Amino acid sequence: MRIHFKTTYEQDIRLFPDLWTACVYGALILLAFALPYLINEFYIGEVTNVLIWAIAGLGLMLLTGQTGQASLGHAAFLAIGCYTNTILIEQGLPFIVAFPLAGIITGVVGAIIAIPALRLHGIYLAIATIALSILADDIIVLLEPWTGGVSGKFPEMITVFGLEIERWTMPTRFYYLVLVVTIICTLFYRNLLRSPLGRAFAAVRDSEVSATAMGVHIARTKATAFGLSCMITGWAGALMGYYAGTFNNETFSIVISITLLMMIVIGGLGSIHGAFFGAVVVAFLPQGLSILKDGLIGGGVAIPGLETGVFGMILILFILFEPMGIYGRWLKIRIWFELFPFARKDMFRRQKSYLKTERLR
Amino acid sequence: MSLLEIKNATLKFGGVVAVNDLSFSVEEGEVYAIVGPNGAGKSTVFNLISRFYEPFAGQFTFDGQNLLDRAPDEVADLGIARTFQNIELFEHATVLQNLLVGRHRHRKSTLIEELFFAPRVRAEEHRHREAVEEVIDFLDLQPYRNKMIAGLPYGVRKVVELGRALASGPRLLLLDEPASGLSVEETQDMRWWIDDIRKQMGITVLMVEHDMGLVSGVSDRVLALADGAKLAEGTPAEVQSNPAVIEAYLGAGAV
Repeated sequence: MRIHFKTTYEQDIRLFPDLWTACVYGALILLAFALPYLINEFYIGEVTNVLIWAIAGLGLMLLTGQTGQASLGHAAFLAIGCYTNTILIEQGLPFIVAFPLAGIITGVVGAIIAIPALRLHGIYLAIATIALSILADDIIVLLEPWTGGVSGKFPEMITVFGLEIERWTMPTRFYYLVLVVTIICTLFYRNLLRSPLGRAFAAVRDSEVSATAMGVHIARTKATAFGLSCMITGWAGALMGYYAGTFNNETFSIVISITLLMMIVIGGLGSIHGAFFGAVVVAFLPQGLSILKDGLIGGGVAIPGLETGVFGMILILFILFEPMGIYGRWLKIRIWFELFPFARKDMFRRQKSYLKTERLR
Repeated sequence: MSLLEIKNATLKFGGVVAVNDLSFSVEEGEVYAIVGPNGAGKSTVFNLISRFYEPFAGQFTFDGQNLLDRAPDEVADLGIARTFQNIELFEHATVLQNLLVGRHRHRKSTLIEELFFAPRVRAEEHRHREAVEEVIDFLDLQPYRNKMIAGLPYGVRKVVELGRALASGPRLLLLDEPASGLSVEETQDMRWWIDDIRKQMGITVLMVEHDMGLVSGVSDRVLALADGAKLAEGTPAEVQSNPAVIEAYLGAGAV
């Protein structure tokens, strides 16, 4: 077990607590950049998919894991990001301007939508945001002149400083683009966590009463969380559009919203790792299942609802046995090895929690 | 002029009069205690000062400024910090993060700066941390710095909550039953801390407390409440020997 002997405050503020962790994550990023030389283009495409889901997961994680506000409406924000990006590029903006702008516009829309939704808590907020997911479909159809309605749209080829990027013909370049966006989003997330706003998010999540008493403006903080979450989700949406190659009103359905929420629960709420672990499960599960099915009962046999069934079962098992998700399990395994042979079975047993002050107002 | 002045405060919940035409004032630099039987309206007074409840009538003045003009989250900006009767800490955060939330009212950085973790944010973080470390040293919280609240014993949580209030650098500290649920030694510690908070830090303390030992040990003046109205006010000894107070606690005929 590594003991941190801290001598400066900087050790708690900087990105990595020690040299070893910095090296591990450095190696991981190097590996990610070297990946196209290690595996073939089909799998690069799959990894790109994982990263896009991870970005979307980071977006929802910021809202649900960090600020404690459930949302089943994030598919709508994926759609806003995707359509805004495509429309802006069609208007002649270069990708390098349109893409960040698409995220920012999604964020602003999210923050505005959040204002009436802020009075709702827990399950009621989730229900209200479901409406967003359902409405998005109709609104895309209604706004046909801009969105192409039912027939949908095809995103144009990305050009960054004269360099052409396309998902099907140049999967490696597209992979690098997604990787860079992923790293930027992760850095934003991490920076927020170590600054006052990130702590205010956690304060709002755990006790609104005392957060208020400490001078945190609850509504403004929640709206900010919503906005930032939607900004990241918007970027993921734009990338999803490129990844799919075509999209219409049905691409960003409520199923995507539900999958996103399940993904971060399976990955582990409230951690960056959780978003990535969850994305791996969501993106690889269909492939893994079909490979497994072909191996067991031969190809060509279709089992309707297999994916959904397995996915639902995984979710139930996680909620029952590992509410902290894959990241929680990962931490437990790591600590077991670090403390070997002194780890005890009940080390992670939850402490009894104490009575909360009655909710005011 | 008094630091905190409350005049004719009244609050009703339906037909129940929680606070009834209550007036009192807290002078700068004193420890002022509110005592009273359960349901006397002590915590309600705190929630009125924190602006969680809107009073029916009354004037609330803090340092010459009208408290009623402030939203609940702006009360902290004035320099009023508080603790809660049933500890309200941020459960899924470390002690250090909890104390740093106490510094929130001193936040100067903007959203954009924080997204990029600009040099100013870093500098501010160092300053917040220094202030928090002083509180940690003062309250002997060093062993718990990086522990999650969810795993801490009750007594420590109580101290962390006091620490979070202190970290905000308040002028007036509202302590809602600081000694409830604490052992004899912990209560003794709490008494020394309250003494030091007043003497070393120069912070005015307004507290609600049932432990009369603690109240008479640290407070300069005591207000006895019953059914939301003032029963008696004075030094601890005066209030304790007041026949009306004894009657409220023990029933008529006890004197």
